[in-house]
Amino acid sequence: MMSDRAVDAAVQPLLLLLLPPLLLGVIVKTKAAFAGRVGAPLLQPYHDLWKLLRKGAVLSRTTTSVFLAGPAITWVAVVLAGLLVPLAGGAAPIRFDGDLILFAYLLALGRFFTALAALDTGSSFEGMGAAREMTFACLAEPALFLGLLALARTSGGESLSDLFGAPIAASWSSATPTMVLVLFGLFIVLLVENSRIPFDDPNTHLELTMVHEVMVLDHGGPALGVVLHGAAVKLLVLSSLVVGLVVPVRVDAAPLRWALFVAATLAVAVAVGVVESTMARLRLLYVPNLLMGACLLTGFGFLLLLGTHP
Amino acid sequence: MAASDTAASLFALLPVWLPLLGALLIGASGLPGVFLSSRSRAGERLAVVLHGVGALAVLVGAVASLFVASSPRFELAWSLPFGSFRIEVDGLSAAFLVPLVVVPALGAVYGLRYWSQREHPETGRKLRAFYGVLAASLVLLTIARDGVLFLFAWEGMALSAFFLITTDHDDPEARAAGRVYFIATHVGTLALFALLSIVFAQTGSFGLDALPEASASAGACAAIFALGLLGFGLKAGLMPLHVWLPGAHAVAPSHVSAVLSAVVLKTGVYGLARLTCMLPHPPLYWGGLVLALGAISGVAGVVFAIAQHDLKRLLAYHSIENVGIIVMGLGLALLGRSQGRADWIALGLGGAILHVWNHSFFKALLFLSAGSVIHRVHTREIDRMGGLARSMPVTAALFLCGAVAICGLPPLNGFVSELLIYLGLWKTLAPADGSPVAAAALAVPALAMIGALAAACFVKAFGAVFLGVARRPHEREPVEAPRTMLVPMAALALLCAAIGLLPALAVPFLDRAAATWSAAATAGGGAPVPLRTLAPVGPLGWITVLSAALWVGAAAAVLLLRRRMRVEDDQRVPTWDCGYAAPTARMQYSSSSFAEMLVAIFRWALRPREHAPRLRELFPKSAHHRSHVDDVVLDRWFLPVLRWIARKLLWLRFLQPGRIQLYILYVLIAVLALALSTVPVGELLKGLVPR
Repeated sequence: MMSDRAVDAAVQPLLLLLLPPLLLGVIVKTKAAFAGRVGAPLLQPYHDLWKLLRKGAVLSRTTTSVFLAGPAITWVAVVLAGLLVPLAGGAAPIRFDGDLILFAYLLALGRFFTALAALDTGSSFEGMGAAREMTFACLAEPALFLGLLALARTSGGESLSDLFGAPIAASWSSATPTMVLVLFGLFIVLLVENSRIPFDDPNTHLELTMVHEVMVLDHGGPALGVVLHGAAVKLLVLSSLVVGLVVPVRVDAAPLRWALFVAATLAVAVAVGVVESTMARLRLLYVPNLLMGACLLTGFGFLLLLGTHP
Repeated sequence: MAASDTAASLFALLPVWLPLLGALLIGASGLPGVFLSSRSRAGERLAVVLHGVGALAVLVGAVASLFVASSPRFELAWSLPFGSFRIEVDGLSAAFLVPLVVVPALGAVYGLRYWSQREHPETGRKLRAFYGVLAASLVLLTIARDGVLFLFAWEGMALSAFFLITTDHDDPEARAAGRVYFIATHVGTLALFALLSIVFAQTGSFGLDALPEASASAGACAAIFALGLLGFGLKAGLMPLHVWLPGAHAVAPSHVSAVLSAVVLKTGVYGLARLTCMLPHPPLYWGGLVLALGAISGVAGVVFAIAQHDLKRLLAYHSIENVGIIVMGLGLALLGRSQGRADWIALGLGGAILHVWNHSFFKALLFLSAGSVIHRVHTREIDRMGGLARSMPVTAALFLCGAVAICGLPPLNGFVSELLIYLGLWKTLAPADGSPVAAAALAVPALAMIGALAAACFVKAFGAVFLGVARRPHEREPVEAPRTMLVPMAALALLCAAIGLLPALAVPFLDRAAATWSAAATAGGGAPVPLRTLAPVGPLGWITVLSAALWVGAAAAVLLLRRRMRVEDDQRVPTWDCGYAAPTARMQYSSSSFAEMLVAIFRWALRPREHAPRLRELFPKSAHHRSHVDDVVLDRWFLPVLRWIARKLLWLRFLQPGRIQLYILYVLIAVLALALSTVPVGELLKGLVPR
């Protein structure tokens, strides 16, 4: 048992750093399949990152030290947040009562500094992206917390490891409607936090329509590499919340558990790819409506539990 | 033996003597300057020294009070009319005293350069005199344990704050803001008069002690509670009683704004905390009401902040938001008392008081650094600034520190107190009996939304003020603030970082305060919160570890990336302009554009006003577009009603000819009438009429 914990604690950081680019590759591949193309190789994101990290640097005259602090602090915050999440349904390397609040606020810290780095360039396009990112977060955050509240009400826990731990399976049978609503809500949060369609199109070619991509227009070379890797880690971390919900089975054997986790995470990536292939990007004005919808979903999920006896 | 006994008792009374002595020193700090020449610099220096020594004395007293078993109390053999001079430093007082003296003292140092006697010979002496009185009244009202003494200190604070807000009395904006403040604060005082009268009617004394259960009827308690919410809520700036706050904070000198926002608002919170610990058995709805009011204040405050164009008004609305968060903690503690849950009390009240500390430190930091900026660029309009991080790097870094803290982001202090309140709210989920208390957990998403909105607002503020390039040429190229102003700011930033890193340092104060609060309240029965309930709260240790990890990790990552991306200054290029060849500084995203989407989402509450020209001709002349968000509560609700009342009462104007002698006569007549009203007329008549 003890060695199991040790294995978990060793595997999680490794997976946290190495797996994320693969998710990007899977999403791209899925989209290519839908479009009838062969698409880039699955491992292309690793090559891209490696290339970026070795490149030289170009900096704008306008920028200050905030410009490089942005990606660096964001990356650290996201990775630290990743250590709080029970990736494979076990226990996270770091767990304590209230870690879910730290989790959400670490992601917010990353967002804060990414947006500041964008404003540091003085470009109105990047300002636009920063404004949109911060605005969307204002509606995504309550949705996330309502979802976590609902899970806490069913499991009676105060840390992410409790919420996504053993009682998930019991919750699915005792509070099915809530779990479905929370799942939908969290998936929407996953999409908006990672700037995916329908909130933002990572492949758009027009600066005016981007959100996350436009914030990092001026970052190049190693800084862009850090940004991309950080974003991919965030995708993995939030996917793991969804995985924690949809895979209610808790396997004891560590290798099997991690294999199951990787498979499920890649499945979430495929789901993101499917959404991206079958949906259009929403008009900017309708994005807040969808986010309020997510709040309502998770909110209803929580309210359904208020009357019941957990 | 006797001598050592006296010494021991003197020592035991130290925690109450020192604050009193300190208050006297602080209160007198500005007075010597009044008698010196308006050009003399000796007065302002002496004021800072006296203030500093006094503040240190109060601080030592507050810390010492933690080490004595029972809270030290002291009664001066001098009776005020109606009341007595009774003071005591209990856990609640000690916890509030810390920020209440630290911030004004640092503000006084800052004021040396910000409002120096040399630059402001006419107003400098007045400012310093009232600044001292304000800071001293703050201390006195926190340690006063008699209602009348409390009211004296309260009025001392209210009046000196008025003179500080109107320091620049030639400015019509300052006079208008001062007037609104004056009316608001006196409406509050009136409510407190009524409150104390009810307390007197119930207990026969003006003491601020727990009401004995036997003598307090439920109706009287409800009335006291409602009046307290009005009186203290007005001071704390709870929505919708915040109307005086944005204007006053905007026009006052920046270190006064810092004190107003960081400290004076907190006396309202202190009042609420003191009042609720006087009242036995709070019903469930009190906690719910306070929690809901806090959540409304929090969300509405930050939403209004986002829409502001004036840097100091923006910060002022954030004070409303933060008072909302504090009051949420207080509401949770009240719920805990009505439900008999010690952990809710400890986390709610502990979180509230820690947030009082934290908000004092980071908000003062923000106001002071905003003041440094305004001192250099001579405008409060955010959209006229830009690119100041280049010319004022230290100020920028300090403002950024305050911004991260106020958004409640780790690793700074704002996160710790919000975490305690979050944890407390989380615990309300636990009752499995389907009781409505679990609905209190709905404050969690409100708190989450407040955090996200605050982050958006401070990205906007920091970005528009310090990043990018200057939106319009400055008359004089701004330079870094002088050291006298930077040092107090840096001290506040260090405090923010220290509490974020080692929250356990504040825990003794919080534990003691929570124990005092619940012990006084449950004097009649029920289990008080034992001391040291917060200390073992698991996260605090983890916070230290993770904050340290975050600091180290972030520093290492930033250094690595900077080394990897070193570019010589002459090899830098323009920002990518998306193909447009001639960008100008005015084409940057402005703070209003940044806030536009959020303002649109909350349009129903903010009611922004736009003045857009209508273009009729084919070749229109140059035109202007202007949009602003007024204070909806003041400008749409209160002022129209008050104006209507004023119109209806015009016929009473003859009473107000503007001669002060006449007004004194009115006071005399009122006092006489009051005195006569005590004469037992019926008895007299009975005596006169022969049987």
